[in-house]
Amino acid sequence: MVDGNYKSGSNLEKVLETGRFAVTAELGPPKSADPDVIKRKVEYLLGWVDAANITDNQTAIVRVSSIATSKLVLDLGLEPIIQITCRDRNRLSMQSDILGAYLLGVRNVLCLTGDHQSFGNHPTAKSVFDLDSIQLIQMVRDMRDKKIFANGEEIKNSKKAEVKEPRMFVGGAANPFADPLEFRVVRLDKKVNAGVDFIQTQCIYDMERFEVWMEQVRSRGLHKKCKILAGVTPLKSVGMAKYMRDQVAGVTVPEYYIERMAKAEDPKAEGIEICVEQIQRLREIEGVVGIHIMAIEWEQVVPEIVQRTGLRSG
Amino acid sequence: MIVAERKPIEEIKDYLSGHKRVLVLGCGTCVTVCLAGGEREVATLASVLRLAGELEVQENTIERQCDIEFFDTVKEQAESCDAILSMACGVGVQTVVKVFPQKCVYPALNTMFCGSNDGAGQWSENCLACGDCKLGIFGGVCPVTRCSKSLLNGPCGGSVNGMCEVDPENIECGWQLIYDRLRTLGKLDVLAENAQPRDWSRTHDGGPRRLSREDVAGL
Repeated sequence: MVDGNYKSGSNLEKVLETGRFAVTAELGPPKSADPDVIKRKVEYLLGWVDAANITDNQTAIVRVSSIATSKLVLDLGLEPIIQITCRDRNRLSMQSDILGAYLLGVRNVLCLTGDHQSFGNHPTAKSVFDLDSIQLIQMVRDMRDKKIFANGEEIKNSKKAEVKEPRMFVGGAANPFADPLEFRVVRLDKKVNAGVDFIQTQCIYDMERFEVWMEQVRSRGLHKKCKILAGVTPLKSVGMAKYMRDQVAGVTVPEYYIERMAKAEDPKAEGIEICVEQIQRLREIEGVVGIHIMAIEWEQVVPEIVQRTGLRSG
Repeated sequence: MIVAERKPIEEIKDYLSGHKRVLVLGCGTCVTVCLAGGEREVATLASVLRLAGELEVQENTIERQCDIEFFDTVKEQAESCDAILSMACGVGVQTVVKVFPQKCVYPALNTMFCGSNDGAGQWSENCLACGDCKLGIFGGVCPVTRCSKSLLNGPCGGSVNGMCEVDPENIECGWQLIYDRLRTLGKLDVLAENAQPRDWSRTHDGGPRRLSREDVAGL
């Protein structure tokens, strides 16, 4: 059952609807069948975020499944956002997973294309990409609002059975830093047309370019059609800053951050400082209604970052 | 060869609507052999388009559309048109785009597969261009192409009377063919071994493929 007029009734949806600045963070499942890693990460985040993204074999490295992790996370009292990539599953598998995740209590899903398998630990694998992220958004949205599967059939167990549709709050990603710049906002528009409810952006370092992109977003009125959460990733070291700049496609790290990280006596503290500054600046941008903190294998710094921005008090 | 078939005429007409003068360009290689886009098919399609009466139609056929060095003879003619309708495979169409970057270029064919001619008007798919040929192991019958599931340890439970469950009337079970062939060769022991997962990075799954050969680079 969904209370009130909510689409999914998820905590994230409610926070965004009330107009409170939302805080989400990323929680990466472990590379082994170790539940303690998940429990520890939930403990870091609990009380500090409105929902946590549970990544789906991120960077094409095998990990505990996003949905299984989400069930553990839910049981520990934290709201999950399952991530689903198009790389590993076709439309049958994705729809079956949406139904299953819904039954386990999941109410948020982030629809992604997924990193190419050549970057991960199984580079000889066959990829699926039956659908792309825009088509996936449309499918999950249609399952909720039109109550149909991708083939047009109603979501019910038999002809006479009641329709029982999975009601998910549907998210997508946007990368303001990939090329061509002028097309990025068109692609966001396509996600909006497909029915996306919220957007989490790629991690932002180049604030100027992000502001240019947000201007384009606002000029099309897209910030009024979906909720945009700005993504940040705290830097741990100058090495990581350079790695993000040179090795991660679609991420730009301006030289002044590289210099700050290089000069810092305590690079981790400096990385957190930079992240806090970025969040304070992002909060001021019209159309940004939340923050998404992707502290990669560094979830324990999320409370400090959130506390110092004053967004939540734990 | 690359096997192709002509698109429905309505789709072709839709592409050309709004254009004034079109060059219907055939290819003398694979699509001539499979009777889809050679000189004769160019003449037929050009007549159909002329009959519709909305276009000025030029026609020509070059030896090979997948190689830019064969385009010299049609450059002038192509420049005089505002659209080019290529009757080559998808490779040819994209080469035409490279040669005439300012022109609207449209495909007249659907490129189907790498296949063989099985008799008059019959063609079948037998190579997926996977980049890692295992025909030497499987008795010269490709499991990746000729099994509907691309199994390397087939046949599955859908093999009945030598036919595939996906279309029992028309699709032979590739694994029945492999089995029969290896039995003939007295090599059935090969099939008792567990074939390991393929390296799909050598196929399109590793991204669009390129081939560079230094030994022929200077020729």
